[in-house]
Amino acid sequence: MMAMLPVAFALAWLLARARFPGKLILDTLVHLPLVVPPVVTGWLLLLLFGPQGPIGRWLLDWFGITLLFRWTGAALAAAIMALPLMVRAMRLSIAAIDHRLEQAAQTLGASAVRIFCTISLPLALPGIFAGAMLGFARSIGEFGATITFVSDIPGETRTLPIAIYSALQLPDSDHVVLRLALLSVALSFAALLLSEYLARRAMAAGRSHDL
Amino acid sequence: MIFDIDIHLRRGDRDIACRIRSDSGIIALFGPSGVGKTSTLNMIAGLLRPDHGHIAIGGQRLFDSHAGIDIAAARRRCGYVFQEPRLFPHMRVRANLRYGRPRGQADGGVHGLSQEALIELLGIGSLLDRWPASLSGGEAQRAAIGRALLSTPRLLLLDEPISSLDLARRTEILALIARLHALTGIAVVYVSHDRAELDYLAGDVIALS
Repeated sequence: MMAMLPVAFALAWLLARARFPGKLILDTLVHLPLVVPPVVTGWLLLLLFGPQGPIGRWLLDWFGITLLFRWTGAALAAAIMALPLMVRAMRLSIAAIDHRLEQAAQTLGASAVRIFCTISLPLALPGIFAGAMLGFARSIGEFGATITFVSDIPGETRTLPIAIYSALQLPDSDHVVLRLALLSVALSFAALLLSEYLARRAMAAGRSHDL
Repeated sequence: MIFDIDIHLRRGDRDIACRIRSDSGIIALFGPSGVGKTSTLNMIAGLLRPDHGHIAIGGQRLFDSHAGIDIAAARRRCGYVFQEPRLFPHMRVRANLRYGRPRGQADGGVHGLSQEALIELLGIGSLLDRWPASLSGGEAQRAAIGRALLSTPRLLLLDEPISSLDLARRTEILALIARLHALTGIAVVYVSHDRAELDYLAGDVIALS
Protein backbone atom coordinates (compact mmCIF):
# COMPACT_ATOMS: atom_id res chain seq x y z
CA MET A 1 0.00 0.00 0.00
CA MET A 2 2.76 2.41 0.93
CA ALA A 3 4.65 1.46 -2.20
CA MET A 4 1.52 2.25 -4.19
CA LEU A 5 1.32 5.84 -2.92
CA PRO A 6 3.80 7.36 -5.38
CA VAL A 7 2.26 5.36 -8.23
CA ALA A 8 -1.21 6.57 -7.30
CA PHE A 9 0.02 10.14 -6.98
CA ALA A 10 1.77 10.05 -10.34
CA LEU A 11 -1.36 8.67 -11.99
CA ALA A 12 -3.55 11.24 -10.24
CA TRP A 13 -1.25 14.07 -11.37
CA LEU A 14 -1.23 12.79 -14.92
CA LEU A 15 -5.00 12.46 -15.03
CA ALA A 16 -5.60 15.85 -13.40
CA ARG A 17 -3.07 17.96 -15.28
CA ALA A 18 -1.71 16.38 -18.42
CA ARG A 19 -3.37 16.07 -21.78
CA PHE A 20 -2.27 13.11 -23.83
CA PRO A 21 -3.73 10.61 -26.26
CA GLY A 22 -5.12 7.57 -24.51
CA LYS A 23 -5.88 9.50 -21.32
CA LEU A 24 -9.45 8.23 -21.33
CA ILE A 25 -8.19 4.66 -21.71
CA LEU A 26 -5.74 5.03 -18.82
CA ASP A 27 -8.47 6.63 -16.71
CA THR A 28 -10.79 3.73 -17.43
CA LEU A 29 -8.10 1.12 -16.78
CA VAL A 30 -7.26 2.62 -13.39
CA HIS A 31 -10.93 2.62 -12.41
CA LEU A 32 -11.64 -0.85 -13.72
CA PRO A 33 -10.99 -2.68 -10.41
CA LEU A 34 -13.72 -0.55 -8.86
CA VAL A 35 -16.46 -2.05 -11.02
CA VAL A 36 -15.15 -5.39 -12.29
CA PRO A 37 -15.99 -8.30 -9.95
CA PRO A 38 -12.97 -8.72 -7.64
CA VAL A 39 -12.77 -12.39 -8.60
CA VAL A 40 -12.14 -11.35 -12.20
CA THR A 41 -9.41 -8.92 -11.10
CA GLY A 42 -7.81 -11.75 -9.11
CA TRP A 43 -8.01 -14.06 -12.08
CA LEU A 44 -6.41 -11.46 -14.35
CA LEU A 45 -3.61 -11.04 -11.80
CA LEU A 46 -3.21 -14.79 -11.79
CA LEU A 47 -2.88 -14.79 -15.57
CA LEU A 48 -0.36 -11.93 -15.57
CA PHE A 49 1.69 -12.72 -12.48
CA GLY A 50 1.39 -16.51 -12.31
CA PRO A 51 4.52 -18.54 -13.10
CA GLN A 52 3.26 -18.96 -16.68
CA GLY A 53 2.08 -15.37 -17.02
CA PRO A 54 4.15 -12.80 -18.95
CA ILE A 55 5.05 -10.66 -15.92
CA GLY A 56 5.25 -13.58 -13.48
CA ARG A 57 7.71 -15.50 -15.64
CA TRP A 58 9.85 -12.41 -16.12
CA LEU A 59 9.96 -11.76 -12.36
CA LEU A 60 10.86 -15.40 -11.72
CA ASP A 61 13.57 -15.58 -14.38
CA TRP A 62 15.26 -12.33 -13.53
CA PHE A 63 14.72 -11.86 -9.82
CA GLY A 64 13.63 -15.29 -8.61
CA ILE A 65 10.48 -13.63 -7.24
CA THR A 66 7.15 -15.34 -7.23
CA LEU A 67 4.03 -13.60 -6.01
CA LEU A 68 1.69 -16.56 -6.16
CA PHE A 69 0.57 -17.83 -2.75
CA ARG A 70 2.79 -15.29 -1.00
CA TRP A 71 1.93 -12.27 1.13
CA THR A 72 3.51 -10.07 -1.55
CA GLY A 73 0.85 -11.34 -3.94
CA ALA A 74 -1.85 -10.48 -1.42
CA ALA A 75 -0.33 -7.01 -1.10
CA LEU A 76 -0.35 -6.58 -4.88
CA ALA A 77 -4.01 -7.61 -5.09
CA ALA A 78 -4.91 -5.20 -2.29
CA ALA A 79 -2.93 -2.40 -3.96
CA ILE A 80 -4.63 -2.87 -7.33
CA MET A 81 -8.03 -2.88 -5.68
CA ALA A 82 -7.21 0.24 -3.65
CA LEU A 83 -5.70 2.16 -6.58
CA PRO A 84 -8.90 3.60 -8.06
CA LEU A 85 -10.05 5.03 -4.72
CA MET A 86 -6.64 6.56 -4.03
CA VAL A 87 -6.34 8.05 -7.50
CA ARG A 88 -9.85 9.54 -7.33
CA ALA A 89 -9.26 11.34 -4.04
CA MET A 90 -5.83 12.62 -5.04
CA ARG A 91 -6.95 13.72 -8.46
CA LEU A 92 -9.71 15.86 -7.00
CA SER A 93 -7.29 17.58 -4.65
CA ILE A 94 -4.77 18.18 -7.44
CA ALA A 95 -7.46 19.62 -9.69
CA ALA A 96 -8.48 21.94 -6.82
CA ILE A 97 -5.04 23.57 -6.62
CA ASP A 98 -5.35 27.17 -7.72
CA HIS A 99 -3.17 27.47 -10.80
CA ARG A 100 -2.92 31.22 -10.21
CA LEU A 101 -0.83 30.55 -7.11
CA GLU A 102 1.63 28.58 -9.21
CA GLN A 103 1.76 31.47 -11.67
CA ALA A 104 2.48 33.86 -8.81
CA ALA A 105 5.35 31.62 -7.67
CA GLN A 106 6.66 31.64 -11.25
CA THR A 107 6.83 35.43 -11.38
CA LEU A 108 8.71 35.33 -8.06
CA GLY A 109 11.47 33.37 -9.77
CA ALA A 110 10.66 29.88 -8.54
CA SER A 111 11.73 26.94 -10.70
CA ALA A 112 9.25 24.24 -11.72
CA VAL A 113 10.69 21.85 -9.13
CA ARG A 114 10.49 24.46 -6.39
CA ILE A 115 6.91 25.32 -7.30
CA PHE A 116 5.97 21.66 -7.12
CA CYS A 117 7.66 21.11 -3.74
CA THR A 118 6.61 24.34 -2.04
CA ILE A 119 3.22 25.12 -3.57
CA SER A 120 1.53 22.26 -5.43
CA LEU A 121 2.47 19.34 -3.20
CA PRO A 122 1.67 21.00 0.16
CA LEU A 123 -1.68 22.19 -1.16
CA ALA A 124 -2.55 18.69 -2.40
CA LEU A 125 -1.36 17.00 0.78
CA PRO A 126 -4.71 16.67 2.60
CA GLY A 127 -6.17 14.99 -0.50
CA ILE A 128 -3.19 12.68 -0.71
CA PHE A 129 -3.65 11.60 2.91
CA ALA A 130 -7.39 11.22 2.41
CA GLY A 131 -6.78 9.04 -0.63
CA ALA A 132 -4.19 6.96 1.23
CA MET A 133 -6.61 6.36 4.11
CA LEU A 134 -9.38 5.39 1.75
CA GLY A 135 -7.02 3.03 -0.05
CA PHE A 136 -5.90 1.57 3.25
CA ALA A 137 -9.49 0.91 4.30
CA ARG A 138 -10.23 -0.70 0.96
CA SER A 139 -7.11 -2.86 1.00
CA ILE A 140 -7.65 -4.36 4.45
CA GLY A 141 -11.12 -5.37 3.34
CA GLU A 142 -9.86 -7.09 0.20
CA PHE A 143 -11.31 -10.56 -0.27
CA GLY A 144 -12.26 -11.60 -3.78
CA ALA A 145 -9.14 -10.69 -5.76
CA THR A 146 -6.86 -11.95 -3.00
CA ILE A 147 -8.46 -15.36 -2.59
CA THR A 148 -8.55 -15.89 -6.34
CA PHE A 149 -4.95 -14.79 -6.87
CA VAL A 150 -3.08 -16.14 -3.84
CA SER A 151 -5.65 -18.41 -2.18
CA ASP A 152 -5.98 -18.72 1.62
CA ILE A 153 -2.73 -19.68 3.32
CA PRO A 154 -2.67 -19.07 7.09
CA GLY A 155 0.13 -16.72 8.08
CA GLU A 156 0.92 -15.85 4.46
CA THR A 157 -2.09 -14.65 2.48
CA ARG A 158 -4.89 -14.79 5.03
CA THR A 159 -6.35 -11.28 5.10
CA LEU A 160 -8.87 -10.16 7.69
CA PRO A 161 -12.00 -10.96 5.66
CA ILE A 162 -10.55 -14.25 4.50
CA ALA A 163 -9.88 -15.16 8.15
CA ILE A 164 -13.46 -14.30 9.00
CA TYR A 165 -14.76 -16.35 6.12
CA SER A 166 -12.72 -19.40 7.00
CA ALA A 167 -13.61 -19.08 10.68
CA LEU A 168 -17.27 -19.12 9.64
CA GLN A 169 -16.72 -22.50 8.01
CA LEU A 170 -15.70 -24.03 11.35
CA PRO A 171 -18.17 -24.99 14.10
CA ASP A 172 -18.17 -23.05 17.41
CA SER A 173 -16.20 -20.12 16.00
CA ASP A 174 -18.71 -17.39 16.81
CA HIS A 175 -16.44 -15.58 19.22
CA VAL A 176 -13.54 -15.60 16.74
CA VAL A 177 -15.77 -14.22 14.01
CA LEU A 178 -17.18 -11.57 16.33
CA ARG A 179 -13.72 -10.40 17.39
CA LEU A 180 -12.41 -10.25 13.83
CA ALA A 181 -15.55 -8.54 12.56
CA LEU A 182 -15.32 -5.89 15.29
CA LEU A 183 -11.68 -5.33 14.47
CA SER A 184 -12.53 -4.98 10.79
CA VAL A 185 -15.33 -2.47 11.43
CA ALA A 186 -13.16 -0.47 13.83
CA LEU A 187 -10.26 -0.21 11.36
CA SER A 188 -12.50 0.78 8.47
CA PHE A 189 -14.40 3.28 10.61
CA ALA A 190 -11.22 4.95 11.79
CA ALA A 191 -9.74 5.11 8.30
CA LEU A 192 -12.92 6.55 6.77
CA LEU A 193 -13.30 9.08 9.56
CA LEU A 194 -9.76 10.32 9.08
CA SER A 195 -10.14 10.44 5.32
CA GLU A 196 -13.40 12.40 5.53
CA TYR A 197 -11.92 14.80 8.08
CA LEU A 198 -8.91 15.50 5.85
CA ALA A 199 -11.08 15.96 2.77
CA ARG A 200 -13.19 18.53 4.61
CA ARG A 201 -10.17 20.41 5.83
CA ALA A 202 -8.82 20.50 2.28
CA MET A 203 -12.12 21.93 1.04
CA ALA A 204 -12.16 24.60 3.73
CA ALA A 205 -8.62 25.56 2.81
CA GLY A 206 -9.64 25.67 -0.86
CA ARG A 207 -12.39 28.17 -0.09
CA SER A 208 -10.07 30.56 1.67
CA HIS A 209 -7.90 30.81 -1.48
CA ASP A 210 -10.52 32.97 -3.13
CA LEU A 211 -9.90 35.80 -0.72
CA MET B 1 14.21 53.79 -23.69
CA ILE B 2 12.74 52.18 -20.56
CA PHE B 3 9.73 50.55 -22.20
CA ASP B 4 9.88 49.24 -25.73
CA ILE B 5 6.95 46.93 -26.27
CA ASP B 6 5.13 45.87 -29.41
CA ILE B 7 3.09 42.71 -29.04
CA HIS B 8 0.25 40.98 -30.82
CA LEU B 9 -1.88 38.09 -29.70
CA ARG B 10 -4.98 36.56 -31.21
CA ARG B 11 -7.29 35.03 -28.64
CA GLY B 12 -10.40 33.49 -30.09
CA ASP B 13 -12.04 36.13 -32.24
CA ARG B 14 -10.35 39.19 -30.76
CA ASP B 15 -6.96 40.71 -31.38
CA ILE B 16 -4.86 42.05 -28.56
CA ALA B 17 -2.26 44.49 -29.74
CA CYS B 18 -0.20 46.80 -27.61
CA ARG B 19 2.53 49.19 -28.61
CA ILE B 20 4.44 51.15 -25.99
CA ARG B 21 7.54 53.26 -26.36
CA SER B 22 8.18 55.34 -23.32
CA ASP B 23 10.97 56.85 -21.28
CA SER B 24 8.71 57.47 -18.33
CA GLY B 25 9.51 55.24 -15.37
CA ILE B 26 5.84 54.76 -14.67
CA ILE B 27 3.31 53.93 -17.34
CA ALA B 28 -0.36 53.20 -17.05
CA LEU B 29 -2.46 50.96 -19.26
CA PHE B 30 -5.96 52.25 -19.42
CA GLY B 31 -9.11 50.94 -21.06
CA PRO B 32 -12.46 49.24 -20.50
CA SER B 33 -12.52 45.69 -19.22
CA GLY B 34 -12.07 42.97 -21.82
CA VAL B 35 -9.68 45.00 -23.93
CA GLY B 36 -6.67 42.88 -23.00
CA LYS B 37 -4.99 44.82 -20.21
CA THR B 38 -4.37 41.76 -18.03
CA SER B 39 -3.28 39.74 -21.06
CA THR B 40 -0.73 42.45 -21.84
CA LEU B 41 0.68 42.24 -18.31
CA ASN B 42 0.76 38.45 -18.53
CA MET B 43 2.73 38.72 -21.76
CA ILE B 44 5.23 41.10 -20.17
CA ALA B 45 5.58 38.74 -17.18
CA GLY B 46 6.01 35.72 -19.46
CA LEU B 47 2.86 33.92 -18.31
CA LEU B 48 1.33 34.31 -21.76
CA ARG B 49 3.18 34.06 -25.06
CA PRO B 50 2.53 36.70 -27.72
CA ASP B 51 2.02 35.49 -31.29
CA HIS B 52 4.67 37.93 -32.46
CA GLY B 53 6.41 41.12 -31.45
CA HIS B 54 8.98 42.12 -28.88
CA ILE B 55 9.23 43.18 -25.25
CA ALA B 56 12.25 45.12 -24.01
CA ILE B 57 12.55 46.71 -20.59
CA GLY B 58 15.46 49.06 -19.89
CA GLY B 59 17.26 47.77 -22.97
CA GLN B 60 16.95 44.12 -21.94
CA ARG B 61 15.02 41.93 -24.39
CA LEU B 62 12.59 39.63 -22.58
CA PHE B 63 10.83 38.48 -25.69
CA ASP B 64 11.51 38.81 -29.39
CA SER B 65 9.77 36.59 -31.87
CA HIS B 66 12.21 37.50 -34.67
CA ALA B 67 15.35 36.82 -32.65
CA GLY B 68 13.81 33.75 -31.00
CA ILE B 69 14.16 35.20 -27.52
CA ASP B 70 11.64 34.07 -24.91
CA ILE B 71 12.97 34.30 -21.35
CA ALA B 72 11.08 32.06 -18.91
CA ALA B 73 8.71 33.81 -16.51
CA ALA B 74 10.78 32.67 -13.55
CA ARG B 75 13.84 34.50 -14.90
CA ARG B 76 12.19 37.71 -16.13
CA ARG B 77 12.28 39.32 -12.69
CA CYS B 78 8.89 40.95 -13.04
CA GLY B 79 7.32 41.73 -9.68
CA TYR B 80 3.68 41.03 -10.44
CA VAL B 81 0.88 42.21 -8.16
CA PHE B 82 -2.28 40.53 -9.37
CA GLN B 83 -5.82 41.80 -9.15
CA GLU B 84 -6.35 39.45 -6.19
CA PRO B 85 -3.46 39.09 -3.74
CA ARG B 86 -2.65 35.43 -4.51
CA LEU B 87 -0.76 34.98 -1.26
CA PHE B 88 0.19 31.35 -0.63
CA PRO B 89 -2.49 30.19 1.83
CA HIS B 90 -0.33 27.57 3.53
CA MET B 91 2.43 30.03 4.46
CA ARG B 92 2.45 32.84 6.97
CA VAL B 93 2.92 36.38 5.69
CA ARG B 94 6.62 36.23 6.62
CA ALA B 95 7.20 33.13 4.48
CA ASN B 96 5.19 34.70 1.67
CA LEU B 97 7.42 37.78 1.75
CA ARG B 98 10.54 35.63 1.71
CA TYR B 99 9.42 33.38 -1.12
CA GLY B 100 10.85 35.38 -4.00
CA ARG B 101 14.01 36.56 -2.24
CA PRO B 102 17.03 35.73 -4.38
CA ARG B 103 19.26 33.04 -2.96
CA GLY B 104 22.31 34.14 -1.01
CA GLN B 105 20.87 37.53 -0.26
CA ALA B 106 20.50 37.80 3.49
CA ASP B 107 18.99 41.25 3.88
CA GLY B 108 16.83 41.29 0.78
CA GLY B 109 16.97 45.02 0.24
CA VAL B 110 15.33 46.46 -2.85
CA HIS B 111 16.74 49.26 -4.96
CA GLY B 112 18.44 50.92 -2.02
CA LEU B 113 15.52 50.33 0.34
CA SER B 114 16.21 47.83 3.13
CA GLN B 115 13.77 45.03 3.86
CA GLU B 116 12.87 46.60 7.21
CA ALA B 117 12.24 49.98 5.63
CA LEU B 118 10.02 48.41 3.00
CA ILE B 119 7.98 46.46 5.58
CA GLU B 120 7.66 49.67 7.57
CA LEU B 121 6.58 51.63 4.51
CA LEU B 122 3.94 49.04 3.63
CA GLY B 123 2.76 48.91 7.23
CA ILE B 124 2.84 45.12 7.38
CA GLY B 125 5.27 44.71 10.28
CA SER B 126 2.52 43.53 12.62
CA LEU B 127 1.16 41.02 10.10
CA LEU B 128 4.28 38.89 9.65
CA ASP B 129 3.08 36.00 11.81
CA ARG B 130 -0.49 35.98 10.49
CA TRP B 131 -1.98 33.56 7.96
CA PRO B 132 -3.17 35.07 4.66
CA ALA B 133 -6.76 33.91 5.29
CA SER B 134 -6.93 36.18 8.36
CA LEU B 135 -5.93 39.37 6.51
CA SER B 136 -8.28 42.04 5.24
CA GLY B 137 -8.26 42.86 1.52
CA GLY B 138 -6.03 45.90 1.99
CA GLU B 139 -3.59 44.06 4.27
CA ALA B 140 -3.33 41.14 1.86
CA GLN B 141 -2.74 43.46 -1.09
CA ARG B 142 0.01 45.34 0.76
CA ALA B 143 1.65 42.01 1.66
CA ALA B 144 1.43 40.99 -2.01
CA ILE B 145 3.14 44.24 -3.05
CA GLY B 146 5.86 43.54 -0.47
CA ARG B 147 6.31 39.99 -1.72
CA ALA B 148 6.67 41.17 -5.31
CA LEU B 149 9.18 43.89 -4.36
CA LEU B 150 11.32 41.63 -2.18
CA SER B 151 12.02 39.44 -5.21
CA THR B 152 14.14 42.41 -6.38
CA PRO B 153 12.29 42.79 -9.68
CA ARG B 154 13.44 44.88 -12.61
CA LEU B 155 9.94 46.27 -12.91
CA LEU B 156 6.67 46.18 -11.04
CA LEU B 157 3.46 45.07 -12.76
CA LEU B 158 0.28 46.15 -11.01
CA ASP B 159 -3.03 44.78 -12.27
CA GLU B 160 -5.83 46.91 -10.81
CA PRO B 161 -4.37 46.32 -7.37
CA ILE B 162 -6.91 48.49 -5.61
CA SER B 163 -10.13 47.67 -7.45
CA SER B 164 -11.32 45.38 -4.64
CA LEU B 165 -10.61 47.86 -1.84
CA ASP B 166 -12.69 50.59 -0.27
CA LEU B 167 -12.03 54.24 -1.05
CA ALA B 168 -9.85 55.08 1.99
CA ARG B 169 -7.60 52.08 1.33
CA ARG B 170 -7.39 52.93 -2.37
CA THR B 171 -5.78 56.32 -1.91
CA GLU B 172 -3.49 54.83 0.71
CA ILE B 173 -2.17 52.12 -1.65
CA LEU B 174 -1.93 54.58 -4.53
CA ALA B 175 0.15 56.95 -2.41
CA LEU B 176 2.28 53.99 -1.40
CA ILE B 177 2.99 53.02 -5.01
CA ALA B 178 3.88 56.61 -5.87
CA ARG B 179 6.26 56.76 -2.89
CA LEU B 180 7.85 53.41 -3.74
CA HIS B 181 8.50 54.61 -7.25
CA ALA B 182 9.93 57.89 -5.98
CA LEU B 183 12.17 56.14 -3.44
CA THR B 184 13.46 53.22 -5.48
CA GLY B 185 13.10 54.43 -9.05
CA ILE B 186 11.70 51.03 -10.03
CA ALA B 187 9.84 50.96 -13.35
CA VAL B 188 6.10 50.48 -12.92
CA VAL B 189 3.33 49.33 -15.25
CA TYR B 190 -0.04 50.12 -13.74
CA VAL B 191 -3.27 48.78 -15.15
CA SER B 192 -6.65 50.31 -14.44
CA HIS B 193 -10.03 51.07 -15.91
CA ASP B 194 -10.37 54.09 -13.62
CA ARG B 195 -8.95 57.29 -15.07
CA ALA B 196 -8.79 59.03 -11.66
CA GLU B 197 -6.27 56.49 -10.35
CA LEU B 198 -3.98 57.14 -13.28
CA ASP B 199 -4.08 60.91 -12.95
CA TYR B 200 -2.92 60.45 -9.39
CA LEU B 201 0.13 58.44 -10.45
CA ALA B 202 1.03 60.64 -13.42
CA GLY B 203 3.46 59.12 -15.90
CA ASP B 204 2.59 58.07 -19.45
CA VAL B 205 -0.95 56.87 -19.99
CA ILE B 206 -1.46 54.37 -22.78
CA ALA B 207 -5.06 53.89 -23.79
CA LEU B 208 -5.94 50.42 -25.08
CA SER B 209 -9.01 49.98 -27.22
